[in-house]
Amino acid sequence: MAARVLVALSGGVDSSVAAARLVEDGHDVTGVTMKLWGGASDTGCCSVADVDDARRVAQQLDIEHLVFNFGDDFMARVVEPYVEAHERGDTPNPCIECNRHLKFDRLLRRADALGFDAVATGHHARVVEHPDGSRRIARGADPAKDQSYVLYMLGADALARVLLPVGTLTKAEVRAEATRLGLRTADKPDSQDVCFITATGGGRRTFLGDRIELHPGRLVDRAGVEVGEVEAVELVTVGQRKGLGLAGAGEPRYAVDVDVAARVVTVGPADDLLDPSVVLGDLVWSGTDTAVSVPLLAQCSAHGVPREVTVAPGAEAGSIELTWTDGPQRRIARGQSVVLYAGDEVVAGGIAT
Amino acid sequence: MRPEAIEAMLPWLTERHANPSGAHRLARDARRALDDAREVMACALGAAPGEIVFTSGGTEADNLAVLGTADRHGGVLVCAATEHHAVLEPVEGRGGRVVRVRADGVIDLDALTEALDDDVTLVSVMLANNEVGTVQPIAAIADLVRDRAPAAVLHTDAVQALSWLDVATLAAPVDLISVSAHKFGGPKGVGALVVRDRATLAARQIGGGQERERRGGTQNVAGIVAMATAAAAAVEQRPATVERIGARRDRLVDGLLAAVPDLIETGRPDRDLTDRDLTDRDLGAVVDRSGRIAGTGHLCIPGIESEALLFLLEEREVYASAGSSCSSGAMEPSHVLAAMGIARQLAFGSLRLSLGWSSTDAEVDLALEVLPPAIERLRRFAEPTQPTTASTTAPISGGV
Repeated sequence: MAARVLVALSGGVDSSVAAARLVEDGHDVTGVTMKLWGGASDTGCCSVADVDDARRVAQQLDIEHLVFNFGDDFMARVVEPYVEAHERGDTPNPCIECNRHLKFDRLLRRADALGFDAVATGHHARVVEHPDGSRRIARGADPAKDQSYVLYMLGADALARVLLPVGTLTKAEVRAEATRLGLRTADKPDSQDVCFITATGGGRRTFLGDRIELHPGRLVDRAGVEVGEVEAVELVTVGQRKGLGLAGAGEPRYAVDVDVAARVVTVGPADDLLDPSVVLGDLVWSGTDTAVSVPLLAQCSAHGVPREVTVAPGAEAGSIELTWTDGPQRRIARGQSVVLYAGDEVVAGGIAT
Repeated sequence: MRPEAIEAMLPWLTERHANPSGAHRLARDARRALDDAREVMACALGAAPGEIVFTSGGTEADNLAVLGTADRHGGVLVCAATEHHAVLEPVEGRGGRVVRVRADGVIDLDALTEALDDDVTLVSVMLANNEVGTVQPIAAIADLVRDRAPAAVLHTDAVQALSWLDVATLAAPVDLISVSAHKFGGPKGVGALVVRDRATLAARQIGGGQERERRGGTQNVAGIVAMATAAAAAVEQRPATVERIGARRDRLVDGLLAAVPDLIETGRPDRDLTDRDLTDRDLGAVVDRSGRIAGTGHLCIPGIESEALLFLLEEREVYASAGSSCSSGAMEPSHVLAAMGIARQLAFGSLRLSLGWSSTDAEVDLALEVLPPAIERLRRFAEPTQPTTASTTAPISGGV
């Protein structure tokens, strides 16, 4: 059935093809680019060049193109929490917070207010509907590009109004489709890393250093013996090996704990990073009331390997503890999202504590 | 564009296309058109023909006035906080002084007095603001400048003013005056700067010596001819336009204020502080929203965001604007509203109702029909903000 669809156009190839497919399916499509970051002609995320690409694609598809300025929300909901997380020594995932607060909340509410039936994006994931009408996010057709991990927060209300038109395509098929349609974004490289931090701007160190005080820290081993130092404890992530100044002879050593308040990073061999379980807070159960079958698989990064877990209530209300079925696994840095899958479908997600 | 302006420019795009700087008969034909246009513009702006410098528009005219003066004379530049960016950025870029305005958008004359001294070489205050329409007391400002900063020239950006105000009279004490054709029914991409003989400045574009070496480059003859035609019409029709459009603007703004609860009309003037010069002179433009040009209404709408409102309006063929757009097309809360003390959140819900010389009663009727329900709808949907994620109760059976 034809619907009024607001499609988020980033200026990349995936959202371009998403819009094209919606048009071909006969929907009444309007494109929108969210201006989230950067000045009038900033580079990186939301650059004028990206908005130009989005606008030209919209013109080519003969659909309207709007620009919404959600910069204040992006600052309050994504950038500031990202900085604060680093200040605590956590390892945040700003893409997930952007999806949670901007693309699938702010934009969705704006779309409702403007009378759209649905919001579409170019994410590589699918929305699957069960016989009882409930919906879940499921993995996209291209395993290498699957983005279901960053969409775990979508609940039933959102899933009823979200369309993911390229979720059934591989990336190669998306590019082929863009080429077939002559879209100017057909060969545009995939976006990388955190969109609001650019290498030319000095990277993460400069970005954080401009916003919070970075503190030198001591590196100590398990016994508390000082073995080195780092320039900024706020920039160290649990599991990190490179950049600690410990390369050389002997067993590789990793950051196994970061204590920003004490300005101490504990290092140890890989074995010290192994945990039998991980506790998740800020849980979101995906948009279904259908009972979930076991086994459950947990995935700890955008393209991490899903591993089987058992789930038990955590010590704190609302938290859960995942225990790795195959024995201890590499520690999950505080602040990282962990997503639970049943088969290809997302059933829940939360943030490692 | 005004039809007569379109008609006037066409021959200069087709058979009469010569370069006015050439030496042959066709060139002299173009040169004559340019000379005629220069006289018309001079008359409209109260200047001598030799004081008219044709430019590519208001921004170039503003830049030439500000940066041309700075490059020639150095010194300190001063402008009002509500200036167009074409003035504000050059002044700030050269480390100038930006003077605050009052809540109604009129420059704070006490603050201006403090900003003036012997080091100041240019003061720039726009005649009528492009966003909220506030008319500045140029005569009082000119008196202050002569008194406190005798070395300074006074520039006014009159880009928004020509259709609504007697620029020739109001800007008589001003040394540099910017105008832009598309604001009074001419084409985009052409404008002019009045440079009085007493004001000297360095050219920004050099080479060719056109415009008495104040602006190099072959003149845009067709655009200039069209601009002059539009200016003549705008000036001739001004009293009638002000009366007709001012009444429509009032009907629109008053109608909205009556139909929609909690609207704020931006910058209601400080009546006891309204400068005497505003009532002394020919200010037919200031109909009953005193201190405001007739074509401009401006509202702040608490509880909504104007970029959403504009979309609902355009679906019904009502075209309005809000803040200023950056090059990406995203709307930013305007610096003008910030300078008037309007909170950022409120500025996100601002609505600029611009009427032109051709605005009709039917358009006002349509706006009055479309706007109230659109605002009501957005306010209804504005209820923030339960996340769209599902409950946090676990539906897992067999797992937990």
